[in-house]
Amino acid sequence: MMEKLSMGAYGGYVWSCYAIALLVVVVNEWRARRRQRVEYRDAEVLVKAIEEKR
Amino acid sequence: MWTFFHKLASPPHFYRLARALTPWFSVPGYLLIAYGTFAGLFLAPPDYQQGDAYRIIYVHVPAAYLSMMAYMVMAIAGGIGLVWRMKLAHAVAASAAPIGASFTFLALLTGSVWGRPMWGTWWEWGDPRLMSELILLFLYFGYMALRSAIDDTAKADKASAVLAVVGAVNVPVIHYSVEWWSSLHQGPTLVREGGPAMDTAMLYPLLAMILGFTLVFASLLLRRVRAEVLHRERRTRWVREMVLSPDGKL
Repeated sequence: MMEKLSMGAYGGYVWSCYAIALLVVVVNEWRARRRQRVEYRDAEVLVKAIEEKR
Repeated sequence: MWTFFHKLASPPHFYRLARALTPWFSVPGYLLIAYGTFAGLFLAPPDYQQGDAYRIIYVHVPAAYLSMMAYMVMAIAGGIGLVWRMKLAHAVAASAAPIGASFTFLALLTGSVWGRPMWGTWWEWGDPRLMSELILLFLYFGYMALRSAIDDTAKADKASAVLAVVGAVNVPVIHYSVEWWSSLHQGPTLVREGGPAMDTAMLYPLLAMILGFTLVFASLLLRRVRAEVLHRERRTRWVREMVLSPDGKL
């Protein structure tokens, strides 16, 4: 098992690449969802402010 | 056909369609990535020359492919926005940029980590493939910087679209750089005469990763375009009705 995880002499190179890839995908997903939430909340605030003025 | 495009370009229609489509891209996309990662790391045999170091291709190749595809999406959407003055196309272009930049960064970083044990160097200034990919990253940065520097959305759309379209010339340069010039980077392995130069046990996980990354890119793009559309249309009637409706969901 440890032999497999060590990837010959290249474990550090291989695992660091997969860790960076995971980080990039997670950050992309998180940022896309966050932007969507923020824009929706901003739209809600704006619409409610306009409604209250009426 | 034209009716379909006109309907698709309508922001409320696109917003609802994108909301319905997003999980259909993200769920299979992440499942394929999970399979591709496991198979690439543990099931595929080691390479006879590169040993286990070649397993980096399962993240490097999809990232490099997406870096170019996202740019083409951005340039084509920018071009459509310029020619047909379609606001939704500009929203697509603006949304593709940060995703494309992040995958370009990933392609450069994983390529560099692969290069260290294989070529004996992290980076080679002057190598055509490496430099053209680095230029792609700068094009993404330039595009995003230009957009954020112009307050007027319509002006930002036009200026950034011109930059995206002009910069598209770099994409074929990246792709063919290993054939046109002498490069440390290996030549084409997948798309070449005589078919892919890989054993199927290595090839299938790679194809799964490429398809998985593409589907995840599509789902990320749909999410970001919906946010962009909401931002641009926040003062319109359909957004007001959606927000005030009892089932007004994200």
